Amino acid sequence: MASDKKYWKSVEELTNSSFVETLSKNEFVQEIPTDTFLGDKETLANSSTSRRDFLKYVGFTTAAATLAACEGPVKKSIPYVVKPNDIIAGVADWYATSMADGYDFANILVKTREGRPIQIMPNKDAKGTTSARVQAAVLSLYDEKLRLKNPTKGGEKISWSDADKEIGTALNKLKDANTPVVLLTGTLASPSTERIIQEFIVAYPNVTHVIYDAVSESAAADAMLAMYGKRALPKYHLDKASTIVSFGADFLGDFHGGFEKQYVAGRKPETGAMSYHVQFESNMSLTGANADKRIVTKPSDQIFALINLFKEITGSSVASKATPVDAQVKQMAATLKKAGSKGVVMTGINDKNAQLVALAINKALNSEIVDVNNTLNIRQGNEADVNQLIKDMNAGKIGGLLSYNVNPLYSLPNATEFTNGLKKVSLTVALSTENNETVNASNYVLPTSHFLESWGDTQFDEITYGLMQPTIQPLFSTRQLQDTLLGWSGNTTKYYDYLKAFATNTILNGSSWNTALHNGFFTREITNTTYTSEISVTQAAMQLSNYAKKASGFELQLYIKTGLGDGKQANNPWLQEFPDPITRVSWDNYLTMSMADARELGFTNPVKDNGAIDGDYAKVTVNGKEVTVPVMIQPGQAKGSVGLSLGFGRTFGLKEEMQVGVNAYPLYVNANNIQFGVTIEKVSGTHQFACTQVQKTIAGRHDILKVASLKEYKTVEPKDHHHGWNKPSYVSYDHKEVEANTIDLWDEHNRELGHHFNLSIDLTSCTGCGACVVACHAENNVPVVGKREVRVGRDMHWLRIDRYYSSEVESREEAKELGLSRAKMYEGLETEAENPEVTFQPMMCQHCNHAPCETVCPVAATTHGRQGQNQMTYNRCVGTRYCANNCPYRVRRFNWFNYANNNEFDFNLNNEYGKMVLNPDVVVRSRGVMEKCSMCIQMTQATILKAKKEGRAVNTDEFETACSSACTTGALVFGDVNNKKDKVATLAKDKRAYNVLDYLQTKPNVIYQVKIKNTNEA
Amino acid sequence: MKSVALHSKRTLILLKSFTIILFFAFSLSSYSQEVDEARQQEGKKLFKSLCASCHKLDKKLVGPALGGVEARREREWLIKWIRNNAELRASGDRDAIAIFEEYNGSAMSAFPQLTDQNIDDILYYTTVGDPKPKVDPAAAEVVATGGGGSTAPSWLIYILAAAIVVAFLMIASLLKQVSELKGNKSPEIKSDLKRDLQELWEGVKQNTFLKVVTTIFLLLMGAYVGFGTLFKVGVDQGYSPLQPIAFSHKIHSGDNKIDCQYCHSSAKHSKHSGIPSVNVCMNCHKNIAEVAEGTVVEWDGVTYGKAELDKEIAKIYTAAGWDPEALEYTGDTKPIKWIRIHNLPDFAYFNHSQHVTVGGLVCQTCHGPVEEMDEMYQFSPLTMGWCINCHRETKVDLKGTEYYDKIHKELAKKYNVGQVTVAQLGGLECGKCHY
Repeated sequence: MASDKKYWKSVEELTNSSFVETLSKNEFVQEIPTDTFLGDKETLANSSTSRRDFLKYVGFTTAAATLAACEGPVKKSIPYVVKPNDIIAGVADWYATSMADGYDFANILVKTREGRPIQIMPNKDAKGTTSARVQAAVLSLYDEKLRLKNPTKGGEKISWSDADKEIGTALNKLKDANTPVVLLTGTLASPSTERIIQEFIVAYPNVTHVIYDAVSESAAADAMLAMYGKRALPKYHLDKASTIVSFGADFLGDFHGGFEKQYVAGRKPETGAMSYHVQFESNMSLTGANADKRIVTKPSDQIFALINLFKEITGSSVASKATPVDAQVKQMAATLKKAGSKGVVMTGINDKNAQLVALAINKALNSEIVDVNNTLNIRQGNEADVNQLIKDMNAGKIGGLLSYNVNPLYSLPNATEFTNGLKKVSLTVALSTENNETVNASNYVLPTSHFLESWGDTQFDEITYGLMQPTIQPLFSTRQLQDTLLGWSGNTTKYYDYLKAFATNTILNGSSWNTALHNGFFTREITNTTYTSEISVTQAAMQLSNYAKKASGFELQLYIKTGLGDGKQANNPWLQEFPDPITRVSWDNYLTMSMADARELGFTNPVKDNGAIDGDYAKVTVNGKEVTVPVMIQPGQAKGSVGLSLGFGRTFGLKEEMQVGVNAYPLYVNANNIQFGVTIEKVSGTHQFACTQVQKTIAGRHDILKVASLKEYKTVEPKDHHHGWNKPSYVSYDHKEVEANTIDLWDEHNRELGHHFNLSIDLTSCTGCGACVVACHAENNVPVVGKREVRVGRDMHWLRIDRYYSSEVESREEAKELGLSRAKMYEGLETEAENPEVTFQPMMCQHCNHAPCETVCPVAATTHGRQGQNQMTYNRCVGTRYCANNCPYRVRRFNWFNYANNNEFDFNLNNEYGKMVLNPDVVVRSRGVMEKCSMCIQMTQATILKAKKEGRAVNTDEFETACSSACTTGALVFGDVNNKKDKVATLAKDKRAYNVLDYLQTKPNVIYQVKIKNTNEA
Repeated sequence: MKSVALHSKRTLILLKSFTIILFFAFSLSSYSQEVDEARQQEGKKLFKSLCASCHKLDKKLVGPALGGVEARREREWLIKWIRNNAELRASGDRDAIAIFEEYNGSAMSAFPQLTDQNIDDILYYTTVGDPKPKVDPAAAEVVATGGGGSTAPSWLIYILAAAIVVAFLMIASLLKQVSELKGNKSPEIKSDLKRDLQELWEGVKQNTFLKVVTTIFLLLMGAYVGFGTLFKVGVDQGYSPLQPIAFSHKIHSGDNKIDCQYCHSSAKHSKHSGIPSVNVCMNCHKNIAEVAEGTVVEWDGVTYGKAELDKEIAKIYTAAGWDPEALEYTGDTKPIKWIRIHNLPDFAYFNHSQHVTVGGLVCQTCHGPVEEMDEMYQFSPLTMGWCINCHRETKVDLKGTEYYDKIHKELAKKYNVGQVTVAQLGGLECGKCHY
């Protein structure tokens, strides 16, 4: 039964329940840090400043400050000389464009104010989606620390014309000598740029183009080439799937760019059918956390299980090995066979043979889910080419290396070989947006424009031709790659004209360029091709089996974090502070380890009484390479395996605060995300984690999450007193059990007039990706507080995504019957922690109609609006923090410091460029005030004003908040419940709808929809 | 054919002689300095409305200077040119083509609607010029801008002052009586202020009741003054900083009746009213390089006459990069750094379009009589109390807006009123302005 599950947030909470109580007591007891200035008795005693002097100074400065404050500062207002037609000061302009930075690709809309991009949202017309990284990319535009500002030669400034002249001469010399020159780029996925590169190669026949992706999916592309004659990634139409089996493919994360929108579209309980998703994996990934059934399998076993499944389905005989999960594999084979063309198998193992086996299974199933025609072009990197390049460079064969927005010196496992090779290349030119190790090692540095400053086109899949347009004038002296290459090829056309002609002539097929540019995309038609493959999958499976048999020692699975990705945006404070959806740790990477292994090796994660987590260091050795990383014990981690994320540990050019974590790329040998033969040794030292996980205990109130199975959803009456999966809370009133919503302390507000806003959050659809968290940062000027502050629980996220682990054991009643103490009850859960169920719950101010915070504010700084919003008036707040204390949802955030213009918090609010991302419609809060989710009142007010100005009623579903518009899967739905046509009006009355902690009768305006899992199929 | 030709010849002769007569009459009248004011006014009106955007009397603009043009061209030719210069050029008239080419082929509009009388009036005006300004003593007088000043209830101060005086008189007489009763009757009372005050002070010192009353009184006074002073911190009513250009709203909005939103065009779309970009100034000032004779502006206590004001207009040209001699943009622009007068704190959100477009308020409601201000100043206190008062009192015009249709009916019913106020619509909620 849904409510019988126990939810817990950390291992500590399970194993040491007394600590939970200490914590819940301590949560808001944060003393003023007087020790820092009064603690040092000696200095105080020796100080020449007497108490009287001190008071004099205080008196004088107060008086002086008061007097100074009387004179307001003179503010200048400087209008345009010639105002651009489409800019009205104070009115936002939206532009459709595309993002392509080599790792993240998205069709987006960009919000600009007075010519500054301030927010990125998905271009839903182009079926675009945004992740946390795409949302945060707007801040990377303003990274004045890392962005290159001028062309340089050997570290000295050089003019563009001189650079062009010198490089041109060098290129011509190399051309005459026929010495090879390599253009090294990441995946471009841009048809016009590819054409320009071809033309460049025509002009310089000694040039070859090598594509290098830091995080590679080379194997999947190679497998596609072998089987379908096309080097690209297949697309998975998961919305049509009935059975999804994944072997370590994190397809809600980075696998082929992610398929969460399609995945969730196939999991709508109200349609009566949900896909059944089984995940075999070793690390706890976002995908595994969302699976209906997660089967803990270490990497080598995943491979054998995949081969065993292949055998079961195709009937071929390959020498394999028995695994502990064979029973489940057999079961899945049967389910998949039953599903037939609606079944799909994926694997995230970056091995060509493994990918071939998965493709072969899908072929045997005749799966409609795999699309090999409308393929993805977003990972074109080729390992073989890159390795050849390194070899050639070291052999002195390469005369020139032109690198574009890649950083092999950081992201290659054999970076030293690359560095040595680079020294033998006479002409090294780095075309890069940001400064990095590779840029530093090149003689010429030519800054390129950020994608928000650039023209361009994109082709992520075969049918969507995206266009990129600048949303701001280049901030620095930068030039696009395309313009540079055109110039070097002797073509005087500007890239914009080139692009327009290219698109008009070859893509748009007679459609208007302006329309395509306005929409940001153009849908192309494709013809399906057939290809007969000669490849022997049985042989591939055999090779794969032989490879997996080499497994020994610990098995390391390298993975990508939702926040930092491949590390390109490591200097982005929003992403650094973004807590990992699973571990809830920000500002770090770490070795994830199973509880059993940790116990054996003696690793612990002690929790301090202020809620901060510590960790022990482990020395990890792979193929003779060592890294020392802190250990984080991860429930659900396969025993015998460990996980470590890429993308951290960048140092060159980064702000000191951002230089966190450990670089795991040296272990990423052959771009293989699985490494065998890993040894782990505990070393001395304690690591301090900044974890948002245990600070917000739920203090034993376990009714905040409701989960039911699809079968229950279909057959059981939700409000049933005994078996209902969404039964209301009961409270004792007059010594009688009554439904909590029948009694109330407060009078009811009149809710029929005007708008009444509600936010519905579907826990079934929420994958925990966190795009909403970053969208909220951008919209509401939420400050970044840094690792030290997050560690002590002072993070400022208005919207957080709580992650609860659960296990299907004893109910509280059962525990009572068995006479178990509370501590024992928790202990009983521990055995299940090897593979917990995971549920994500976005949590923000619940905008209670009967808000406990409002009644305790001594200055009425938080009040209730008629439209349902709980309003926080910052200028009225005196910082008593009573409200936070009285909030049962723990969603109020206190400004302990001034986070803007403060060198102690040297993030985006401390420099002129970073401040350009601020939303001018929302105030930057100052020290000493409480803040929290406002339900984007600035957006609802703007929508109302727009309707009033146009003399019409507000349209259906016109109201949006930042989180609801950023949500990829449609889990967050915002609207006006008094408009019966709004989606949210129906959702508010849905049988899945419930309020968190409803027995408190706070009557929130945020509604949650019970999570439905399809657990009955197997 | 012949008859027609003859006829036209006759007409020509007639016309010619008529012109000559007219010319003489005209010359005579001008020689005699007798100006036909009616014609002059009529001509000026026509000239200003039709010609002034391209021509001036004494200066080259888009087209040539037209002062005394009749002396340079034949009247008949002029009439043809004015009616339809393109036709004239098409007919192969050399002079017409020469002028067209001299002015880089910029074509002049045709005015077929003008009657002969109209054209005569215009030409008359180009000959006699502007009416001589009459010396009007009233015009020289400067209209005081007032400078805003505080709106503190001055009557209260007067009452208090009166109360103090009365109190002191009472105390004085009391003291006198006291000393008389004590018998220290000094026979010769000299009016010695110093001694009187000393006596007063001594009396107060001795009398506990008076001490208490005085202390309470002083405390109350202190509290009142202190409270009043502190409350005015950050209230910049009357703030009138010195702007980089002596721009007179009175001339633009008052005298010339330019609509506020012609320049502050974003007020109806945006939260900002917007300070006009220089290209908006140039819409008019491309042609208006100088103020009218006798224009006077009181600017920061200094009286600006025509000479000074023309220099101020020249500042726009510097900003826009306009060369008034060559009549072209140089591209060398220098944005004008105006000083912002109305400053709201960051934590208060205000939206002009809500008030202007939706609320239908006129700008003067908050900004005061801008059309009378030479030097702009902050008219309203812009305090929260001021906002709230207006929201409490202002009735919302809900008619004709579909947005309000439903809510209007329901609210009117709820509050049992015909028309609801902004406050009743939720305009007092903190979160509506603070976010």
